[in-house]
Amino acid sequence: MNNEKEKIEIPENFEKIIHKISEFFSTAIIEKKFDRGELTLTIKPEFLIPVAEFLKQEPELKFDFLSDICAVHFPKEKKFEIVYNLYSITFHHRLRLKVKINEGESVTSLTRVWSGANWLEREVYDMSGVVFDGHPDLKRILLSEDWKGHPLRKDYPLSGEEE
Amino acid sequence: MGKRYLEHTKEIIMNMGPQHPSTHGVLRIKLWLDGETVVKSEPIIGYLHRGIEKLAEFRTYTQFMPITDRLDYVSAASNNLAWVQAVEKLMGIEVPRRAEFIRVIITELMRIANHLVWLGTQANDIGAVTVLLYCFREREEILDIFEMFCGARLTLNAFRIGGLAHDIPPGFKERVKDFIERFPKYIDDYERLLSENRIWLQRTKNVGIISAEDAIDLGLSGPSLRGSGVKWDIRKSNPYSVYDELEFDIPTGEIGDVYDRYKVRIEEMRQSVRIIKQALEMMPEGEIRAKVPRIIKPPPGEVYHSIEAPKGELGFYIVSDGSTMPYRVKIRAPSFVNLQSLSKMIEGHLVADIVAIIGSIDIVLGEVDR
Repeated sequence: MNNEKEKIEIPENFEKIIHKISEFFSTAIIEKKFDRGELTLTIKPEFLIPVAEFLKQEPELKFDFLSDICAVHFPKEKKFEIVYNLYSITFHHRLRLKVKINEGESVTSLTRVWSGANWLEREVYDMSGVVFDGHPDLKRILLSEDWKGHPLRKDYPLSGEEE
Repeated sequence: MGKRYLEHTKEIIMNMGPQHPSTHGVLRIKLWLDGETVVKSEPIIGYLHRGIEKLAEFRTYTQFMPITDRLDYVSAASNNLAWVQAVEKLMGIEVPRRAEFIRVIITELMRIANHLVWLGTQANDIGAVTVLLYCFREREEILDIFEMFCGARLTLNAFRIGGLAHDIPPGFKERVKDFIERFPKYIDDYERLLSENRIWLQRTKNVGIISAEDAIDLGLSGPSLRGSGVKWDIRKSNPYSVYDELEFDIPTGEIGDVYDRYKVRIEEMRQSVRIIKQALEMMPEGEIRAKVPRIIKPPPGEVYHSIEAPKGELGFYIVSDGSTMPYRVKIRAPSFVNLQSLSKMIEGHLVADIVAIIGSIDIVLGEVDR
């Protein structure tokens, strides 16, 4: 619909973010998307930590605030999208960082970049079963410890007995 | 304290909750204690988990509205606002100005109501029972206003995608005006009871300190973050609705203790009164609902929208696949993320201080557990 129109024009401050990241990580970025006033960058999973650290420390970007982590399941492609919504309290801009992984693969934990990632990653693990490598205490958070399965996967049964 | 004394102390593990009056719901905190001092702690949550994010995947965008009321149930209208604005952003709907001003009035009243519940219960936990009664007296008036507006008092389901369900009833403006004219005097009354009260000061000053860097690192937001001196309010930094036309200040604290967070919330109520006063004057006549298709079917795509809810940054991340139901909804609940910093705040404090500190973060377990 009207996304096509918006895609062409990327506001200056977002251009700057893209430019800065591409300068250092030209090979890391798989996809850039600007839609509904929001910038989404899809990066290769192995670059997650260096890109995150760069985004946080770079004085012109300063994404010091991790708003949210979310996992989206695509059962047909057997893939997960891990979505990081970042924010900068200094510059008031937002960025969505995405990594795509296959089912059963793990992602590097971002707890050493933002401590706030701890509970957010635990929630993603609890709900979608994605494992975060290097997380200090990866266990269920909302569901009880003996719960079976991960409810926010698309293949999780909605009713009936297990098995 | 001699060495011999220390040899006989032993670290003990104690559970606080899940049924404890000061936890405001079902929250359990596992405490590692050295005497009465907290060495380490671990909040254990999830007792109120209802699978709201999963429910969203099997409801239409409109049907999910009343469920958002059940997230943070003491500030239902704020949740509604975040949801409708996220869907509107997804669909590219422009909301009529009159509806925007009414939304601002309702959500700011909601903020006052939320802070009143917080102030009352916080004071009650610390031992000042009188304040609770005063706060609930004023909150009752706000709930009456809500009842007049939409018929409900707690779970409001106040807005609709594209605007409002109804225009404000006759006499609504006068009633709100009457309330906000009287209300600042009540705030002074609360302050007279607490702000210089010696017991209150001893229980709150220099208790539960969190530095600005730690707070940002842990994702703390809202009044709890502003208590640490960070001047960040989404209403100002990334204005939504018509907040960019309204004048108000962002109160901040200095050192980030319980007292600072209390002061910030008290001042926020005054600022909300200011906002409502302006919104009432600026509200134009006109439509209250944009032209919205009968069946809400957003184009494929994704959106993250967040607002400054009374407790902090409340965000909805919606992934749409072009059908009538969202493919995935993720709720960035401020209480959930804020609760994470509890361990940092209570470290090294006495067990009795935990009560004051939990209260000062202002959590609602409905939102923590979702």
